Amino acid sequence: MNILNLLVIIPVLTVTGIAFTKNMDNVKKVAALGMFLQLITAVIVMFTYITIRKSGVTDEMVLISDYTWFTSINIHYTIGIDGISAAMILLTAIVVFAGIFASWEVKNLPKEFFISLILLATGVFGFFISIDLFTMFLYYEIAVIPMYLLIGIWGSGPKEYSAMKLTLMLMGGSAMLIVALFGIYYLKGSGDGQYTFNLLELAKNNMSIEAQRFFFPFAFIGFGVLGALFPFHTWSPDGHASAPTAVSMLHAGVLMKLGGYGIFRVAMYLMPDAAVEQAWIFIILTSISVIYGAFGAIWQKDLKYINAYSSVSHCGLVIFGLLMMNKTAMDGAILQMISHGLMTALFFALIGMIYSRTHTRLINEMGGLMKVIPFLGVVYLIAGLASLGLPGLSGFVAEMAIFVGAFQHDDMFHRVATIMAISAIVVTAVYILRVVGILLLGPIKNNDYLALKDATWYEKLSTLTLLVSVAAIGVYPHWLYDLIYESIAPIASKLVSI
Amino acid sequence: MNFQDLLLIKHELLLTIAALIILCFEIFSTDKNKGMVVPLSAISLAFIAAVSFYFPSEGTAFGGMFQTDGLRTAVKLILDIATIIIILQSYGWVTKEDNKNKISEFYIILFSTLIGMNFMISSGDFLMLYLGLELATIPIATLAAFDRYKTKSAEAGIKLILSSALSTGILLYGLSMIYATTGSIYFEEVRAAFQPSPLAVLGMIFFITGMGFKLSLVPFHLWAADVYEGSPIAVTSYLSVVSKGAAAFIFTYVLYTVFSVASEIWLQVIVLLSIVTMTIGNLFAMRQKNMKRFLAFSSIAQAGFLLLGILGQGSLGMGTVIFFLLVYVFTNLAAFSVVATISDKTGKENIDDYNGLYKTNPKLSLVLMLSLFSLAGIPPVAGFFGKLFLFNAMASKGYFIVLFIALINATISLYYYLLPIRAMFIMKNENPIDTFKSNVYIKIGLTVSVAGIFLTGIISMIYEYLISVSVGL
Repeated sequence: MNILNLLVIIPVLTVTGIAFTKNMDNVKKVAALGMFLQLITAVIVMFTYITIRKSGVTDEMVLISDYTWFTSINIHYTIGIDGISAAMILLTAIVVFAGIFASWEVKNLPKEFFISLILLATGVFGFFISIDLFTMFLYYEIAVIPMYLLIGIWGSGPKEYSAMKLTLMLMGGSAMLIVALFGIYYLKGSGDGQYTFNLLELAKNNMSIEAQRFFFPFAFIGFGVLGALFPFHTWSPDGHASAPTAVSMLHAGVLMKLGGYGIFRVAMYLMPDAAVEQAWIFIILTSISVIYGAFGAIWQKDLKYINAYSSVSHCGLVIFGLLMMNKTAMDGAILQMISHGLMTALFFALIGMIYSRTHTRLINEMGGLMKVIPFLGVVYLIAGLASLGLPGLSGFVAEMAIFVGAFQHDDMFHRVATIMAISAIVVTAVYILRVVGILLLGPIKNNDYLALKDATWYEKLSTLTLLVSVAAIGVYPHWLYDLIYESIAPIASKLVSI
Repeated sequence: MNFQDLLLIKHELLLTIAALIILCFEIFSTDKNKGMVVPLSAISLAFIAAVSFYFPSEGTAFGGMFQTDGLRTAVKLILDIATIIIILQSYGWVTKEDNKNKISEFYIILFSTLIGMNFMISSGDFLMLYLGLELATIPIATLAAFDRYKTKSAEAGIKLILSSALSTGILLYGLSMIYATTGSIYFEEVRAAFQPSPLAVLGMIFFITGMGFKLSLVPFHLWAADVYEGSPIAVTSYLSVVSKGAAAFIFTYVLYTVFSVASEIWLQVIVLLSIVTMTIGNLFAMRQKNMKRFLAFSSIAQAGFLLLGILGQGSLGMGTVIFFLLVYVFTNLAAFSVVATISDKTGKENIDDYNGLYKTNPKLSLVLMLSLFSLAGIPPVAGFFGKLFLFNAMASKGYFIVLFIALINATISLYYYLLPIRAMFIMKNENPIDTFKSNVYIKIGLTVSVAGIFLTGIISMIYEYLISVSVGL
């Protein structure tokens, strides 16, 4: 059996196991066990992939299994991975694993919480292993809908509003995707007489430029909504701020990357001519995302809002890198997806932990936390430094590659866009250091905080898992780079102009 | 007429016999065992469905008035399944004090409308179509007024009979024009002789209008909400699922075969009707507070989606429409069954009453959530496949702009389908609906529906089968 099947089977079994667990204390243990197995599987998948590549296989996708599903419309359940999806699967497994431990203390309906959370993760894993566009879309929607319950039931603040807004906007995005999906199917999919949803076969066929012009924006914006593309990003700050910790982690860390991944793998790969032609429109939009997100973060007082806006900015950078139509920038963008996924998950985990102690997320009400909860404080500081791109941590590698690649365009438009995007880095430094300064350093404003306890074992496990991964990418980016660069090449070769 | 002809109409004959058996049961039953008519009718209907599915017949009878084949057998099976679920779901309501003296009558009338639908589905000419339609509609008006102590129920009955009278009148007028221009009422002959002359096209438009009433398409939907709200829930679900399903099939069939010459014209009409129906249905559904009205408007919007499948044409269009009907049977009946149970036990029907339902009745809440997700088209449940295949059917003919409008509507519909889910799972309530146990028949009905919601989409065989029986249209 194909090992990739396990990536869907294990979460489904875990969900079943949780549903039949009687003792509420055991629910989280079952969830943790299942996601630990999932993490191991993800690591095995990665090494299997590396081994296959080393043995000289040059296929675009490996570990392919193909099952026919609906014969009359030629829908298959086709799975397989390349380096990018292997990396994304590992990222997801790490974030979900950390997320389970970050929500160790869920009291209200724990069973339902972990079931929804793992269902969401199932959708994400399924999305990354799909080669058939139909199943890819199916998993995409599975990943979106549990969010409504997760935010609505276990969220905080204006949770009903945020949950509804997020669900409707993401579903609106997926509505656009369906148009693109069928457009691609009927206008590109009939290369050898029979229509197909298979990504690899679709890539070989031609599509007229008029059709590409019409359908590319649908595909791009459809995924772009999930990637928080300006002006479709408004669900993100509200959604992230209202969501419970593990959901914010998973959503900002992984789900938003589905957008970038989809744009790269579906929209740009299958409609390259329109992508090159229309890139300028979306470069403007992503530049706005990057700057707007950064400035948005400066004005916020709530820790979660700060991080949510910073996610808009960083995810904008991912799409920005992809749109630069340059191999180096694309490498950087994929690295940024993974690096930001880990970093922002770490941030949200820490914010959740701090909130569970101080019961406020407003930075002005807190101060000097480094003195009382040094472990969390130090981790927060390191995460902050990674976020503003300090060399030695993951953010630097990714952003550097994006900007180096982007600057190879020597026309005015790209230069200006690049410089504006770079200037957002400075703003990032401002808001990160401001938070660190007020929140962690400085005097303790509230005497109640003197009694706060530092991280428990499960919180340490959760944060250290993420922290080690961030550092691993930063100190030795080559292992990740080796994993992805071969897989970017076939897509990039269709797009790159310089 | 010979024995072979009788074999062809065995489904209808068996249904008639079943109705007679229930009548005999009524004579010999005592007050105590009157409720047993529910399992009796459910089992006999299941038996009939199994017999006619395992021994399918193909051919025409009565000089072409009646025809049957694999496609029609499949549609009849779907309607049988739906009716079985409705019979099971109605148990709680028919055994109430008010209805105790007329339990059997309910099922006899139900069977006779089903016979009407079956004749309509199998019709080979416009006369049989009309006869079947009338046999189906008039008893339903009786059923709608079944709660005779409630004024709303009586109002529903009278509204239904008046609006059907009007729509049937229009339909007949249209048929007479078609007869005038083609000189025949048989489908095959009309198809051969049909020329899109102004009078013939007017006849066709009148036919579409008449069927539009039955399908509750906007702008012919005004009767639907009141009738749905006033009728007993079992009748409401029958109206919105079985009655609509039969009408949708014969509507699609006649458009595809009889009016195939004029497809350019009716395709435009269908596009327009479906857009308006989806949009208006959605806009009204958003504002509803009563669950029955809510489901009524949602089923108007769903009818708009159903029309999209017709745009696919050929076997793809027909197979997809029938598949959507099947999905819709399980999905909508699950929702109606939950609403019926809660209404029987507590008399509460408003969305606000459902606040905090998950705490007290988790299983019912989960079933309702599942069916609402299926109505909204969320994977991996059947509704997702049903909707996506409709979209596929229309996209195959290049209707991408209409597709986009439909998808915007699908997103809007998600909003109001989430409202009851929000009430059940998220909203807090001081005194929610008490925990209660539902009777065994409802449980069986719900189990069948939930199994259907989960399996019809994932098991590709079902869709492939429906496509294969529609080949040749």
